[in-house]
Amino acid sequence: MTETTREEALDLLGRMVLIRRFEEKAARQRAAGLIPGFLHPYIGQEAVATGVCASLGPDDVLTSTHRGHGHMLARGADPARMYAELFGRTTGYNKGKGGSLHMIDVELGFLGANGIVAGGIPLATGAALQFKRRSSDALAVTFFGDGASNEGAFHESLNLAALWDLPVLFVCENNLYGEFTRQDRHQRITDVADRAASYGMTGVVVDGNDVAAVRDVTAEAARRARAGEGPTLIEAKTYRHRGHFEGDMAKYRPKDEVAHWKGRDPIDLLAAKLTGDLGASEADVASVRADVDKRLDEAIAWAAEQPHPVPEDALDHVYVDSLGGAALR
Amino acid sequence: MTKFTYADAVRQAISEEMERDPDVLLIGEDVGEPGGVFGVTKGLWDRFGADRLWDTPISEEAIVGAAVGAALVGARPIAEIMFGDFVTLAMDMIVNQAAKTHYMTGGRLSAPMVVRMVTGTSGSTAAQHSQSLESWFVNVPGLKVVAPSAAEDAKGLLKQAIRDPDPVIFFEHKQLYGGRGGPAGDVVEVEPIPFGEGRLHREGTDVTIVSYLKTREHASTAAETLAAEGIECEVFDPRTLVPFDHEGLRRSLAKTGRLLIAHEAPVRGGFGAEIAAWAAEECHDLLRAPVARVGNLNTPVPYAPVLENHTLPGPDRIAATVRRMLDKKGND
Ligand SMILES: Cc1ncc(C[n+]2csc(CCOP(=O)(O)OP(=O)(O)O)c2C)c(N)n1
Ligand SMILES: [Mg+2]
Repeated sequence: MTETTREEALDLLGRMVLIRRFEEKAARQRAAGLIPGFLHPYIGQEAVATGVCASLGPDDVLTSTHRGHGHMLARGADPARMYAELFGRTTGYNKGKGGSLHMIDVELGFLGANGIVAGGIPLATGAALQFKRRSSDALAVTFFGDGASNEGAFHESLNLAALWDLPVLFVCENNLYGEFTRQDRHQRITDVADRAASYGMTGVVVDGNDVAAVRDVTAEAARRARAGEGPTLIEAKTYRHRGHFEGDMAKYRPKDEVAHWKGRDPIDLLAAKLTGDLGASEADVASVRADVDKRLDEAIAWAAEQPHPVPEDALDHVYVDSLGGAALR
Repeated sequence: MTKFTYADAVRQAISEEMERDPDVLLIGEDVGEPGGVFGVTKGLWDRFGADRLWDTPISEEAIVGAAVGAALVGARPIAEIMFGDFVTLAMDMIVNQAAKTHYMTGGRLSAPMVVRMVTGTSGSTAAQHSQSLESWFVNVPGLKVVAPSAAEDAKGLLKQAIRDPDPVIFFEHKQLYGGRGGPAGDVVEVEPIPFGEGRLHREGTDVTIVSYLKTREHASTAAETLAAEGIECEVFDPRTLVPFDHEGLRRSLAKTGRLLIAHEAPVRGGFGAEIAAWAAEECHDLLRAPVARVGNLNTPVPYAPVLENHTLPGPDRIAATVRRMLDKKGND
């Protein structure tokens, strides 16, 4: 385990708080009617995205899921453009054509959230194939859930990646539920990481609420991948605090289970470490939170002022450039 | 005499594009070292090796998914689906990922790639190895759909498909390949052929037959039979279904005033329905007879030759339909 300095921990805390507050404020904007589509909040899982992204390099690429805001923010995306996209505005990341489920940031190598469960897994595998054959130092990371590990796309991709020693990290965020179905009702196994063995791949389980642990496990997997030693299936045990989507009351989860996991809130755990071993003050932590709130409030104010598309914009970007890229008859 | 088959055309297109661009890859089952189940990629392995030809496990979704992912970061992949029927296992990667990448990202990302697949019957290949599924892809905005009937078109269109910035579905008809396992044919120079330009295989004044892939050959055969009876058909091969050469077809209809669409796919919901609807909407003034369609009689493809011949269209059914169209002539 690598030492985490106070500065580093404060930076990680800032990223996690950014994700948490982004989602909380998005939920409020949705309730206020500014966000027309789905939201799947990442709250509770912040340490996974933050820990993974802390160990990546600038040339690496990522694919994400329906629960993708956290991954994108952890990678360094601009919350203002994210809100603009959620609001369906032309200056949003996808010009208002994607929304939460399809958001991308090409410059950051963030190849997209995905509305299809497990849909991003084969894409990351393919990106890793290109990196390998181009002898690039880059790797691909794909996030997905416990539910996704039952899709054929998961199994086919792990087999392919292991067979060819592709530089790809498969990051399973096991939050114990696929939609409304508890893990023990959707698969026999407890550790998704066990599935790695049947593909001849390394599988590791990590506490997904411990950001430093996630960072370290990722660093080792990334080192191996870049050295040509093949992919890793990382299973991060975590929990979503809220329902599957914004508006889901999550009545299907036992109260004591929810209480247990909220007692292991990844942000609280890191804050406690900061004010404990790392000797930060309460004021240091409070100022991280205040900075995030200010940044997000400015982001929302900016996004709310952004122009809406005109209806005819719907016909653009169906194709790249043939016939002006417009929809074909 | 030059020997240049449709299989030679496909192989040469891939080979020349691989030569031109080091990021052109071929990913599929038995495509590399074994040279493909139809022998189409034979010889490429010796020339380009394992870095360019990726022999995969039997994993159609991962094959197409890997192609999409590689395309997102700069490769120009060609994914091969051994029999088009198996594309059902890769539909998510084509329909929900590749086709929509450009649109749903507001034009910030795209998936330039080709999915090649073998289509149609080669005689008693039966229900799971004979289908013609092109209309599924025609109905997905974001995809381009190519269906050549002639060797030189296959070569030029595949070169174009590989260079095209959008995802392209490329159909190759089994019966057009032209003999399995024979020696490679001669190299014929063909430039990339732009999409959306149809080709007139025969000029005529009475009926326009729109047809592609193997059925286009049946249409040409039927047209020769009919010519002996004094009926002159125009055989129009769109070559690409999306984009479609509407202007080319309009010019032809201006000459003939009659439209027949023939394809191997089932008539119901087939590509012919789209062309018939377009003609009704846009060329009503040119038409002097009801539009007719010929295709599979809306059955799965059967095994026994007598059954297969009954449901799939051939020259006889096309010719008979043309005769009927002229009997029922309007103001001629
Ligand atoms: C292919 C597919 N099937 C079903 C759905 C509907 N769906 C959306 S999210 C979800 C649950 C996914 O569970 P998991 O992979 O564990 O991710 P989590 O929601 O827990 O983050 C389902 C079933 C979908 N979007 N795509
Ligand atoms: Mg889950």
